[in-house]
Amino acid sequence: MRTKLTIFGLIAFALLSYGLYQAMIVAPTEATMGNVQRIFYYHVPSAWTAFLMFFANFLASAWYLIKRGPRADAFALASAEVGVVFCTVVLITGPLWARPVWGIWWTWDARLTTTLILWLIYVSYLILRRYSSGGQTPVLAATLAIFGFIDVPIVYLSIRYFRTQHPQPVIAGGQGSGIDPLMLKALLINWLAFLVFGAIVLWVRYKLERARQQVEEAHALREEQQYEEKPLINARAIR
Amino acid sequence: MSSLAAVFKSTLAKDLRMEWRSKDAINSMLFFALLVVVIFSFSFDPTAEESRQIAGGLIWVAFLFAAVVALNQTWARELRNQVLDAYRISPAPANSLFLAKTVGNFIFVGVLELLMAPLFVMFYNLRPIGPVWELAVVGALGTWALVVNGTFFAAMSIRTRSREVMLPLILFPVSIPALLAMVEATTAILTGDSSPVFWMNLLAVYDLVFTTACLLLFETILNAE
Repeated sequence: MRTKLTIFGLIAFALLSYGLYQAMIVAPTEATMGNVQRIFYYHVPSAWTAFLMFFANFLASAWYLIKRGPRADAFALASAEVGVVFCTVVLITGPLWARPVWGIWWTWDARLTTTLILWLIYVSYLILRRYSSGGQTPVLAATLAIFGFIDVPIVYLSIRYFRTQHPQPVIAGGQGSGIDPLMLKALLINWLAFLVFGAIVLWVRYKLERARQQVEEAHALREEQQYEEKPLINARAIR
Repeated sequence: MSSLAAVFKSTLAKDLRMEWRSKDAINSMLFFALLVVVIFSFSFDPTAEESRQIAGGLIWVAFLFAAVVALNQTWARELRNQVLDAYRISPAPANSLFLAKTVGNFIFVGVLELLMAPLFVMFYNLRPIGPVWELAVVGALGTWALVVNGTFFAAMSIRTRSREVMLPLILFPVSIPALLAMVEATTAILTGDSSPVFWMNLLAVYDLVFTTACLLLFETILNAE
């Protein structure tokens, strides 16, 4: 695991460095916004990564409710945590850009509000995990994850009707959209870098959670056996 | 089917009878909502025109906070007396228990709203410009949106360490679109500026989606060990 981690870490480091170079030096300066637009290369990849993590969390939670495997639960926890971190990056870089460009830090626009509510939902998911104990945590958490996920389209629909200010999608966003190829390149490289980096963090967190589960299972098994006064069998026999 | 209806009826009748005799939930909700109304009135000190603009928000925030008081009590008694354990080993359908609890909470919060509405009208000098019957529809849809998820999440939060604090923490984020729809629809009716139809439809969709989700997942929650 350690060698693999080193290799993937180096790949992520190289990609992030190359992405930084592309975003800061190679990509042309935006005509009206100037250099502040360069935050876009970090804001958008973080957002895409966060949404992907939340989607992974939904899949893992649904899988857990169907199959009840501890691996799915560990994956759900790890993806929610990493997703919240990336979502926090989105919510911090957004206002940093909005202040010089819009003249305001924050507005209750469809995408901003949806992202904020998404963040709130997954923070509440992590709080629920923190405050529930024992074997019921995964079931409660998975259920809340399902509820949170089906809430997202409703949130988006409602706030879209409410008001909208966020820039329209610049990539594949219909007429008049499209960006300089060098900008697109910088964006995509940064997204790839963030994905690899996010995947590494996800993987490490997943391994950590699996180890914690196994320790817990071993403890439970041992207590059970002491109670029954039977000899201890190999604790690794359980998954 | 008949057991579904029988369990539903007996649970609901039991809850209503207990509430009628003790008046625990309704008293604490009423007093809490009254406090919210008075405190808001002092903090914002609105004129008649302003109060028409903000009343929709105030009403629903007061009802939301008050509803949490009742929702928190939904399962506490059942847990204390091991009713949930008994329920788990009995063949009774889980969803009829859930529906009975939800309808019970709907009635409690509905009664609260009926009692509080005149007070709101008095304190904030409200006179709706739009049609009044729409307020009843928004009230019913909005209350259902609050209590259906609230009852479900209360069954989850009862199993965590800090029970009473946990419910709003997990209920409010998911309820934000419903709350927005209730507030916007109520404001639209009170001011007569715009049509509340979109928000009423949104509430109906929200109710439908989450009632289905609750019914599909309640048995899982009830049996979580």
